[in-house]
Amino acid sequence: MQHIIIGAGPCGVVAAETLRKKSPSAKITLIGNEPEPPYSRMAIPYYLVNKITEDGTYLRQDQHYKELGIDYLSQPVTSIDTGSQLVTLADQSQLPYDKLLIASGSHPVSPPIEGIDLPHVHSCWTLEDARQITALAKTGSNVVLMGAGFIGCIILESLVKRGVNLTVVEMSDRMIPRMLNETAGGLLKKWCIKKGVKVLTSTKITAISESGSGMQVALDNGDSLLADLVITATGVKPNTDFLQGSGIEVDNGVVVNNRLQTNIPSVYAAGDVARGKDFSTGNFSVQAIQPTATDHGRIAALNMAGMDVEHHGSLNMNVLDTLGLLSYSFGLWMGVEEGDSVSLYNPEAYQYINLRFGVDEDEDVLIGASMLGDTAHVGIVRGLIESRIHLREWKERLLDNPIRLMEAYLARTQEFG
Amino acid sequence: MQRSLYLDPAKCTGCLQCEMACSYEKLGEFNPSRSLIKVFTFHEEGRFAPYTCTQCDDAWCLRACPVDAITINLSTAAKVVNEAKCVGCKVCTIACPFGTVNYVHETGKVGKCDLCDGDPACARACPTEAITFIDANATGYERMRAFAEKSISAANATAS
Repeated sequence: MQHIIIGAGPCGVVAAETLRKKSPSAKITLIGNEPEPPYSRMAIPYYLVNKITEDGTYLRQDQHYKELGIDYLSQPVTSIDTGSQLVTLADQSQLPYDKLLIASGSHPVSPPIEGIDLPHVHSCWTLEDARQITALAKTGSNVVLMGAGFIGCIILESLVKRGVNLTVVEMSDRMIPRMLNETAGGLLKKWCIKKGVKVLTSTKITAISESGSGMQVALDNGDSLLADLVITATGVKPNTDFLQGSGIEVDNGVVVNNRLQTNIPSVYAAGDVARGKDFSTGNFSVQAIQPTATDHGRIAALNMAGMDVEHHGSLNMNVLDTLGLLSYSFGLWMGVEEGDSVSLYNPEAYQYINLRFGVDEDEDVLIGASMLGDTAHVGIVRGLIESRIHLREWKERLLDNPIRLMEAYLARTQEFG
Repeated sequence: MQRSLYLDPAKCTGCLQCEMACSYEKLGEFNPSRSLIKVFTFHEEGRFAPYTCTQCDDAWCLRACPVDAITINLSTAAKVVNEAKCVGCKVCTIACPFGTVNYVHETGKVGKCDLCDGDPACARACPTEAITFIDANATGYERMRAFAEKSISAANATAS
């Protein structure tokens, strides 16, 4: 049995390890497309502030893949022939497979504005990007960050710690619009401004041009900013170009069933590239988050190894630390129509909690939450949502005091009271 | 013999000796706010519940870690945070569906129970045997734990 995994991020690595556990004698090849050992993009912000060195971003230790008998190749895949079950690499060599996993992740996309290709305009996605940013983002440099979404906010902290003069430009009306509502997003903006970051929301960059030794960044409000470095963090898209002509169905991500299997039975897809099942909605969508990537990797691998394992859906959730202020979102954090909700808002302490409950027979079931500020035992939010525990009298207690989540879980699982 | 922490809320008096012992063991100071075991109070019922990591087999925290900083201690089966490797990304804190991995501002890393290398200070300190460290198979606790785990892992995937 020959397994090939395209993509050496957390999803691909977990898949390779799971396959090895279940298929001790199978041949397993893991293919990355960057000249690095498998590493974690999530660790890059910590590399940017020298909290770790490059090897601190590596997903596993050096000898790990050798010890498990996993062949690691670092070369882009150019095409897949699903008829004769062959993968073609950039050097024209071909590898046969019995089962194939597409775990090729995603890539950053930038808006098509003038000057976006200038040499000092970078995305912050790969280790190589991080090396370039480290060289350019020095103490006192003028840096413009385009986009205050999830990735933008992670990089934001690193840039501030590097001592740059930072301006964040976000076209939406608030920071992290896909994770926080107006109240929480507004509070986060206030926090960033307090920490010395210039934050422009509802603002678009219209053009970037060279100006002296730096750049001039034009805004749609007529103002302009000077910049030594512009970092784009304006979203990502699944890496599916190399699947053209393969017959594998792609529609804003690789289409999979609840076994993470594509329309071609010998081919599976997982992680940021795959439209997997969402726990909360039951719909299939790209979540592009770490825990989902590793869930997918494991479940796809179990199916590739011949087991029949059904994916019931991953919970969409995020955690983010922006200059020391933590933000979280879980599941249906925007709620559902007619569902109850409760908020606790304490702007002086930069604290916000919002809980969302279901409707009808699930009216006492937690379905989503978003928070700002420290939240102890925060994982219990996931536990409450995923186990669909009926809170009974604890729903009223949470409506009175939403911070008692842990007590609610304990009381409802330990059957006292 | 694999031993595990057995937490019995019915026996807990809320004395908080466990929190004192845990923080003293880990930090060398009495600082219950940083204890890795917590006692929750239920005023309505007049009850207390000690709570910490059950070292679950599924180890969501370990699987979610992007830098391989959580590993299994082979002698105790505890899931242990390697502080040198943890970058403080906090993904494990949302991935653990039992809420037993917490971010620690003071260290910039996450903290969780590591069973004190097989001699948990909380169990030693508990005067009422609400916290005991016992043969995992000797009580129904293991089954209970497995059930709790299953209710959540079933949400994610089932094998047929």
